Amino acid sequence: MGLDHSHDPHEPTPHRALRLGIGGPVGSGKTALTAALCRLLRDELNLAVVTNDIYTTEDADFLRRGAVLDDDRIEAVRTGCCPHTAIRDDISANLDAVESLEERHAPLDLVVIESGGDNLTATFSRGLADRQIFVLDVSGGDKVPRKGGPGVTTADLLVVNKTDLAPLVGADLDVMARDAERVRDGLPIAFTSLRERPDVPEVVDWVRGVVGARTPA
Amino acid sequence: MDTALLLLADSRLPAGGHAHSGGLEPAATAGAVRDLDTLADFLRGRLATAGLVAAGLAAASVSGDRAALDAEADARTPSPAQRRASRAQGRALLRAVRAAWPDPALDELTGAHHPVVLGAAVGIVGGTPEQAAAIAAYGSVNGPASAAVRLLGLDPLGVQRVLAGLAGRVDAVAAEASVTVRAGGLPAASAPALDLLAELHQRADLRLFES
Repeated sequence: MGLDHSHDPHEPTPHRALRLGIGGPVGSGKTALTAALCRLLRDELNLAVVTNDIYTTEDADFLRRGAVLDDDRIEAVRTGCCPHTAIRDDISANLDAVESLEERHAPLDLVVIESGGDNLTATFSRGLADRQIFVLDVSGGDKVPRKGGPGVTTADLLVVNKTDLAPLVGADLDVMARDAERVRDGLPIAFTSLRERPDVPEVVDWVRGVVGARTPA
Repeated sequence: MDTALLLLADSRLPAGGHAHSGGLEPAATAGAVRDLDTLADFLRGRLATAGLVAAGLAAASVSGDRAALDAEADARTPSPAQRRASRAQGRALLRAVRAAWPDPALDELTGAHHPVVLGAAVGIVGGTPEQAAAIAAYGSVNGPASAAVRLLGLDPLGVQRVLAGLAGRVDAVAAEASVTVRAGGLPAASAPALDLLAELHQRADLRLFES
C-alpha cells in the first residue's frame, strides 16, 4: 500500500526479492502486463512469477507462449473461488509459492504476484506484497476512478490500460486522470496501451525504480 | 473450550484451508454432489473415513511421536495428490501457529501432514487429545461445506442446516478417535472413492481448488 512503508512489520531485508503484486478487475490486462514486465526485465533482473487462478491449461500457456519465462520460474496458486482471500485474508499459499521460487532461484530481484481478476475493493496484504500495481482498463467505464476503492486509491501505481479504446467506448481520459488524481493524493498513475506500446515504458521504469531503491548497489 | 482452541478451529484462521475442497470439487464435477442432500451424503462419508483418520492423528500428535505419526499419515493416504494437499495445508498451518504461538516444538514439523501439525498446536496451547480430535473432525466437514457454497452456489443457510444435522456425528467421530488413541491404537478407515477423485482432480483441465 502506498501510505507509509516505514512501520511495515513485513518490510523485507535488503537481500530478499521485491514482491510486487498486480491486481485489478477481470480482463483489465494484468496477465498482459505481467508478460510484458517479464519480457522487458528478464535480461536485467533475476525474476519469477506467481499466478493466481490461471486455472485452465490454456490460460497458463499465455505466459509460456513466446517463452516469456521458463516454466520453472512460474508458480500457479488456486484460490478456491476466492481470489481476494488468497492475496489478502489468507496469504499462506501465495507465501509458500513465493518462498519456493526464492529458494530455487536465489537471489531473485523481483517476484511478481498476479492476482486473479477481482473487484475494486481487492488489495494485496502488506504481508504478501511490498508494492502493488492496480490495473484498470478504459472500457470498464471512465467513472471507475471516481468510485475509488482501496485498489484505486492506495495502490503504489495505478495503471489505466487500453487507452486506444477510449474513443470507441466513449471514455474521457481527462476525466479519468482528474478523478484518479483527486483520490490518490499524489500517488503515480500511468495511462497505457499495451497494444500500441507493448514496451510500456512508464510502468517498466517505475518497476526499475522500486527494485533499484531496495537492491544495494 | 478456551479461546486459543477456538482460534485453531476458526475457518478464518489464515492457514490456506479456503483453497482446498477436500474432494468436493472433483465430486461435484463427477455429478456426485449436486444439492444439499448429496452434499450431506458426501460429508457423512468423508467424516467417517478421512475425518476419523485425521481426528485420530491429531489426537495422537498432541503429545506423541510426531515423526512416527507422520509416517502413519502417509500409510493412511494412498493418493499422492491427497498427500501433497495434506502436507501443503500442514505447512500453511505451521506458518500460522508459529506466528501466533512460537514454540521450539514446532521446529521438527516442517513438511508434516496437517493433522500432525494440528495436534501439536493443540498441545502447545494446552489442549487435550479429545479437543484436537474434535477440531480435526469438525474441519473435515466444515471446509468442504464452505467449498460447496462457493463452487455450487448452494444456499449457505441450507448448508449450515446440513452441518448442524451432522454435529452429533462429528462429536461421535471425535470421541471414537480419541478413545482409540487412548487405547494405543490409530484409526485406519479408507475411502477409495475419495482417493480416486483426488487423483482425477489433478488431471482436470479446470480446477478452482488445490484439492
